[in-house]
Amino acid sequence: MFRFLIGRLALLVPTFLGVTIVAFGFIRLLPGDPVLLLAGERGITEERYNQLMEQFGFSRPIWEQYFDYLVGLLQGDLGISIVTKKPVVTEFFTLFPATAELALCAIILAVAIGIPAGILAAVKRGSFFDQTIMGTALIGYSMPIFWWGLLLIILFSGILQWTPVSGRISLMFYFPQPTGFMLIDSLLSGQKGAFTSAVRHLILPAIVLATIPLAVIARQTRSAMLEVLGEDYVRTARAKGLTPFRVVGMHALRNALIPVITTIGLQVGVLLAGAILTETIFSWPGIGKWMVDSIARRDYPVVQGGLLMIAAIVMVVNLTVDLLYGLVNPRIRHN
Amino acid sequence: MIIRRTMKIALMGVSLAMFAASAASAKTLVYCSEGSPEGFDSALYTSGTTFDAASKPVYNRLVEFKRGTTEVVPGLAESWEVSEDGLEYTFNLRKGVKFHSVDGFAPTRDFNADDVIYSFGRQLDENHAWNSYTPGASWEYFNGMSMPDLIKEIVKVDDHTVKFVLTRPEAPMLANLAMDFASVMSAEYADQLEADGKMEMMNQVPVGTGPFQFVGYQKDAVIRYQAFADYWDGKQPIDNLIFAITTDASVRLQKLKAGECHVAPYPAPADVSDIKADANLNLMEQEGLNVGYMAYNTQVAPFDNVKVRKALNMAINKQAILDAVFQGAGQAAKNPIPPTMWSYNKAVEDDAFDPEAAKKMLEEAGVTDLKMKIWAMPVQRPYNPNARRMAEVIQADFAKVGVEVEIVSYEWGEYLKRSKEKDREGAVLLGWTGDNGDPDNFLAVLLGCDGVGGSNRAQWCHQPFEDLIQKAKTISDKDERTKLYEEAQVVFKEQAPWATIAHSVVFMPMSTKVSGYVMDPLGGHRFDGVDIAE
Repeated sequence: MFRFLIGRLALLVPTFLGVTIVAFGFIRLLPGDPVLLLAGERGITEERYNQLMEQFGFSRPIWEQYFDYLVGLLQGDLGISIVTKKPVVTEFFTLFPATAELALCAIILAVAIGIPAGILAAVKRGSFFDQTIMGTALIGYSMPIFWWGLLLIILFSGILQWTPVSGRISLMFYFPQPTGFMLIDSLLSGQKGAFTSAVRHLILPAIVLATIPLAVIARQTRSAMLEVLGEDYVRTARAKGLTPFRVVGMHALRNALIPVITTIGLQVGVLLAGAILTETIFSWPGIGKWMVDSIARRDYPVVQGGLLMIAAIVMVVNLTVDLLYGLVNPRIRHN
Repeated sequence: MIIRRTMKIALMGVSLAMFAASAASAKTLVYCSEGSPEGFDSALYTSGTTFDAASKPVYNRLVEFKRGTTEVVPGLAESWEVSEDGLEYTFNLRKGVKFHSVDGFAPTRDFNADDVIYSFGRQLDENHAWNSYTPGASWEYFNGMSMPDLIKEIVKVDDHTVKFVLTRPEAPMLANLAMDFASVMSAEYADQLEADGKMEMMNQVPVGTGPFQFVGYQKDAVIRYQAFADYWDGKQPIDNLIFAITTDASVRLQKLKAGECHVAPYPAPADVSDIKADANLNLMEQEGLNVGYMAYNTQVAPFDNVKVRKALNMAINKQAILDAVFQGAGQAAKNPIPPTMWSYNKAVEDDAFDPEAAKKMLEEAGVTDLKMKIWAMPVQRPYNPNARRMAEVIQADFAKVGVEVEIVSYEWGEYLKRSKEKDREGAVLLGWTGDNGDPDNFLAVLLGCDGVGGSNRAQWCHQPFEDLIQKAKTISDKDERTKLYEEAQVVFKEQAPWATIAHSVVFMPMSTKVSGYVMDPLGGHRFDGVDIAE
């Protein structure tokens, strides 16, 4: 297991280096540059343009810029945003808790509903229940997030007025946010009603963000369960007279969970991508919206730094998933 | 260090508690703003969203635009004198003006000439300690308005008098000083930040003399302000002002309807009728101080021929554009300046929409089987909400007079860059929103000879027109300037370097509880003087 861990960690180094090249190159491949966008319709003289490009360090050879970027990276410095003039790392960690909280709630929701729904659909294969769940999952998977979010807002916030339209908490609450996780900070604040308000604000965005992963997890669980339920050892367990609950819960599910865990791990990337739209619809101040704005403004340091941080998170999650395999199924324990 | 941190947390706690206590019992107005401010030092930026959040609530300028107009009125300067040669502007500063207090800073003195010298000096002098206080501080507006060439020196005559000495007479100077980049900051706050090695805080925690004082900003989410009790022009009717950042127009409308915010700018055109029908909402509207145009390249054949340009202008069905692109929220443009601007020449007659006459005129000019490019902007702007659609309508119109159009587009930065090139092919769709309400800000910037190869996309340098606008720039008498600008508009219409397309109408939806809101012709959003019914 230790060797496996070291091997995977060693693999992360070239992967990470690759990501730095992609992150650095990607934004520079796009036409336009931050100085031109800064000037807008007003325009800028050639002299002033060159002066600013030099000031930002963009007039130097590309390899030199990349080398400086790498050196900064090794020192934990991701650069300074061209627009806000703040360090990228500070901005990232200010916004990341909002995205993490939303993504975490969404994945919990997706797993809590998706896995039981998938199991039930597999156990009752071909039934009306199965078809309904799988049909709903297909619709959920194909749903355009933006449209779905607006639809929920109009129905639940506009017409029924059950949930707030957007934001993380009611504007009447104002307290320090030491963790950045609104659910925790609202509890710590001790202000009456703050936690409830934070939960109410989280419901719709979490549902919207969870929709696609939920559909994927439900479908994956169903197909994995179907495969396992046809295995000899399940038939043996049934022949032994075990209760259906024990057969499905103890014998089948544990084996079926392996591909499901992989799927859940892969959903982290999907969640971060989905967060871009969800955060925009629900005015959720997270990294998704931050990245989109920065790409539009060609804020090179933010885009390359943000991409790198997101890639690092996805890599760490995938590594964790790999390690979890061993815990779930002893046959894959890496010795 | 620990004591300082503890004090800081305690101070923050006190201000949070004060805000929370006042929020519970006070009048709070929530504005669903369309985006996040880039920072809180307005002079560093050029976007209206940043000005709305920084300079308008927090700061004052020496002179101000009177609410709802482009008229320049006294601000931090009570009065001023302009020398006869137009080269010296002497400002008499208001006494007893207080600066805001924020966590870690409490002013010990009132506003004086040092604050003015600091606010402009840092932008003017490259060796000033604050000139590069934050990475990439480029003072873009200050430079864009040619201030470094224009201002020779700024002199502190005494504590309450400052003198701006110019290198040349500049009639729009006062209007320039009412712009956001000219916001007056606290020199005392700057000194403290510099001594503490925290200069970057100037862009994060603003201290001004304005109607609202900054309380806190949660990035991309909420900005909080409190009415400044010691404001020199009297305390505001509301106690708290909150900007709830909501980027999507449909969501802003839902929040407005749900009562989660009271004012929400930039509605989607499709929602306007819905807003009008809602009894709980009030929809204000105003013609924007902007113009959307199509600039021919007057230095490249056949567009160097006035007849060709005129003929093409006559082939454009502006009403179709207003219907298809502006969805009724616009009016046809005949002049290069909007009708809300002083010196707008009402007497100018627009080119009649007459494809037959246009065709004939093209034949007379010897132009047959003309193929041209039309550049469509890749972004939405108030003066052109859908450039691609606009280009398609013009393409169809030109086809009727035998002109074949190819529509091209580039990424926005590239578009701006390439469209400036002197040998550029085709006609460019673009526009302009006024900065300071002065006609010079449209006519000289967009059509002056200095702008050729730059902001003058028509590459048009026409001496009779140039003489008129240059003369108007040096005269301080408004009536005389008006005559010159009116004449310049006649010359423009005869020469037709652009097809003037439209001026947009700006809508501002708000709750019926809100009173006293006045729309700003310059496109800003101000909440001084605004009240809300409880």
